[in-house]
Amino acid sequence: MIAHIIVTPKPVVNDPQGVTVRQGLASLGFREVLDVRVGKYIELSLDISSEHEARERVEEMCRQLLANHVIEDFRFEVIRNGRR
Amino acid sequence: MKFGVVVFPGTWSDRDCGWVIDQVLGAELIYLWHKDTDLKECDCVILPGGFAYGDYLRTGAIARFAPIMELVGEFADRGGLVWGICNGFQVLCEAGLLPGALIRNASLEFRCEWTNLLVERTDLPFTARCNERDVLRVPIAHGEGSYFADPATLSRLEQRGQVVFRYCDTDGRVVPNANPNGSLHNIAGIINARGNVLGMMPHPERCSEAELGGTDGLKLFRSVAENALKVLVS
Repeated sequence: MIAHIIVTPKPVVNDPQGVTVRQGLASLGFREVLDVRVGKYIELSLDISSEHEARERVEEMCRQLLANHVIEDFRFEVIRNGRR
Repeated sequence: MKFGVVVFPGTWSDRDCGWVIDQVLGAELIYLWHKDTDLKECDCVILPGGFAYGDYLRTGAIARFAPIMELVGEFADRGGLVWGICNGFQVLCEAGLLPGALIRNASLEFRCEWTNLLVERTDLPFTARCNERDVLRVPIAHGEGSYFADPATLSRLEQRGQVVFRYCDTDGRVVPNANPNGSLHNIAGIINARGNVLGMMPHPERCSEAELGGTDGLKLFRSVAENALKVLVS
């Protein structure tokens, strides 16, 4: 199984990186961009065949290490053999 | 009284802390490697500044799993003095020994400059040598020192008087202009509820000799040296 994990700053957390990227886009003429939030993407290859088990394990990994619940939210998808 | 200074791969302020303890203060010093499984009977553990484990993933995120950190957690639980400076503060937050988190400076810049700190607690082993509402001049050097906690945690910290240091101007006024990184409530350092785990972003070890431009940091090291043996560790 493959897990694709997205970690984002919580809406209440200031994201100065996002603000700066929005300013950069605006200066390039992309003035339609109202807000930017910059997070991170993590990909895991798992030696697990059950999708249910993979979900449980990845959830636990996110809680224990991959995201900091004080400042970050996470979401993920689990894909088998390159297909969902 | 013995200080233990923890060294992770990527720690950079261990020798600065060691110098102050050993050469300026004349106290006993031991370096603790991150893989050590013994705190070697030290009375205060310092987690110094730097970039432990490269700050990969998040600042302090990997360091908290180092073998030594389990011992540091147990030591803190028994009432032992634990002092996190800069990266050490970040590690303590990640380890759950202090509430909140340290995020990217609001300016996005790595800030390396002098700051003024208002001392709001003088009843702690770390600050006993300070006077009420002293203003200490202490440098910072960090890119991710903006203190964040959710509103409930923040109000709990304030109600219980757990904010030890706040960025202020030279007159001790806590104003937005004195805040170098966007920390909520100008927070520069906090203590746990029990009063034995201190985390602070500024570097007292870099202002403990007149040759370095200031000696305010030495007050904190002296406080610990004079009070560590009075602290009950079960």
